[in-house]
Amino acid sequence: MSIILLAILFTLFGLLLGYAAVRFKVEGDPIVDKIDAILPQTQCGQCNFPGCRPYAQAIADGEADINQCPPGGEAGVIALADLMGVDPKPLNEENGVESVKTVAIIDEDTCIGCKLCIQACPVDAILGTAKQMHTVIESECTGCELCIPPCPVECITMEPIASTVVTWQWDKPSNEKDAS
Amino acid sequence: MSFKLWRFKGGLPSLAKGKKTASSLAIQTAPIPEELIYPLTQHIGQAAVATVKVGDRVLRGQLIAKAEGFVSAPIHAASSGVVSEIAERQIPHPSGLKGLCICIKTDGLDEELPASPIADFRTLEAAEIVNIVREAGLVGLGGAAFPTAVKLGIKSDAQIKMLIINAAECEPYISCDDRLLKERAEKIIQGVEILLYLLKPEQAVIALEDHATETYQVIKTALDENANSAIQAVQIPTIYPTGSEKQLIKTLTGQEVPQGKIPADIGLVSLNVGTTYAVQQAVVEGKPLTSRITTVTGEGITTPRNLEVRIGTPMSKLVAFCDGYTENAERIIMGGPMMGVALTDDAIPVVKATNCLLVPTKKEVVLEKQAMPCIRCGQCASVCPASLLPQQMYWYSRSDQLDKAESYNVFDCIECGSCDVVCPSHIPLVQHFRYAKTAIKARNAEKQQSSHARDRFEAREERLAKEKAERAERSRLKRERLKNKAAKAEIAGSVERSNEKRQAKEPAEPLKPVAKEP
Repeated sequence: MSIILLAILFTLFGLLLGYAAVRFKVEGDPIVDKIDAILPQTQCGQCNFPGCRPYAQAIADGEADINQCPPGGEAGVIALADLMGVDPKPLNEENGVESVKTVAIIDEDTCIGCKLCIQACPVDAILGTAKQMHTVIESECTGCELCIPPCPVECITMEPIASTVVTWQWDKPSNEKDAS
Repeated sequence: MSFKLWRFKGGLPSLAKGKKTASSLAIQTAPIPEELIYPLTQHIGQAAVATVKVGDRVLRGQLIAKAEGFVSAPIHAASSGVVSEIAERQIPHPSGLKGLCICIKTDGLDEELPASPIADFRTLEAAEIVNIVREAGLVGLGGAAFPTAVKLGIKSDAQIKMLIINAAECEPYISCDDRLLKERAEKIIQGVEILLYLLKPEQAVIALEDHATETYQVIKTALDENANSAIQAVQIPTIYPTGSEKQLIKTLTGQEVPQGKIPADIGLVSLNVGTTYAVQQAVVEGKPLTSRITTVTGEGITTPRNLEVRIGTPMSKLVAFCDGYTENAERIIMGGPMMGVALTDDAIPVVKATNCLLVPTKKEVVLEKQAMPCIRCGQCASVCPASLLPQQMYWYSRSDQLDKAESYNVFDCIECGSCDVVCPSHIPLVQHFRYAKTAIKARNAEKQQSSHARDRFEAREERLAKEKAERAERSRLKRERLKNKAAKAEIAGSVERSNEKRQAKEPAEPLKPVAKEP
């Protein structure tokens, strides 16, 4: 008797779980979205993945470490460690070092209009057409440097973004004895 | 008539003592400098856009930069001369960065655009008055420089109950508003009447601190003569920072402006007394904002003075007019000692927000002291006029826990510096909060940028995938058609035709019909 009762109960629970799995199905992988939200979206590929989202996927799958994103820097690693519940670690130097934010500048006199940089740009931030001068839309440039290697005449340079009155930040006060 | 007053939380009553060295000094007119410099950003909001070019001759009162967008203000030349340069110059900003400025070489003739005075402002519509105020380039002259027309033009659901004219100069040293009230009371009262006509509040209150008894008497007499019962002068206790808008509102009405709201939402509008004077000048006398009253003071100045200054005058000219620096002048500050901005250079011009130029000596400034650990005494929290918890915000700003700092409402900090004054460990608290605010803003901007980059990246990926699919589809269709017998015949036919044409021109070897088998 009890066996039958248990069997009925299990079947019921099974059905309930099965229904819930269908009814409350989560589209996509939320952890990948969360990781992707932390990544700086430079799409530079320094992490050895073709873009931020693939890297996020790789972290979620356990195939990549959290310290492979130089543009995200230390703050990015800490945020990822926090999300993944692991200890933060220093940036992997094989992937590059953290540096100031830059934008690509095309020397328009040297540019021959070969379109190679346009094809390389992951965010469509370069404007131009065949045999016409190209230019970078600075506000859209992520500073990924992917346009530099394909350029046959080496007319692209990376310039640090100058601080303006709008983007300027106050310094963090530093003259403190250990206040902890 | 008695007026019920409230007490805002915290603040520093002690700061008022013996501070107004220049308040007994009548307003003098500063001379026209050889060069006037106009930063295009001298107000809150979008930068103005230059409407003149190098070489243009301009007259006093002529528009040289127009407002761009809704929250912005135009700029007018303060004397006649020729535009010599539109270039990056040092501007009064804590960063010491340069900004785009229009520079005018004055010719000393001081020719003016003919003003268009209006005999009776009551003939104007409310929208017309707001428009005059906008075109005259008026911004809050108390130091915040928020475009006045935006403040006056906002349609709020709440009916305006009270108009507050802020004459509570709570910072030590500054006395420009006090002098203005003393010397030009009638014009200010007329300005208040314009605002009464425009906003239709039940009453208007001119609030000034109780140590300014002489000024109070002057304004009271002027009000009695005027016999407009809707306006009254009120003395409020001298407690720093009572001149701050929210604290003044609390003092006068007992109400607090909710977070993220503006005073108009609770039926109040508050304007600085200098701005009120400028409203009168703009509406009645038809003069745009080209000059303001600035206090030049501090022990680093030989002869402290209250000056009527043409906006755009380099600070060094004001100092020279006040007989120069004394030997032990330490630094130049625009604004008061509590909330002012230290300047890197005295070639920086007076802007609309410059209410004071303070040159203190070493004795007067509190030099940076070695900060010691926070001992959690809580004095900062008890003096904070914004009812914040500085010690907690300090903790989180210091350790870069910006989310936490934000959740403790660091953006409600008015940077009055009261906590800095009382901190027994000399921790530069306000500096930490300023850092936290700009860091949070930068982080948010970065987030926005990265999500924008993500969108563009995804759009590109999608486009590339679509192009690839389209290419594949095209070649598939082609292959399919080639398989078709009819297509083969068609190709053979077209080859035939082209051969015929060719032979008609020059008889040669005919092309063989080719149809590749896929």
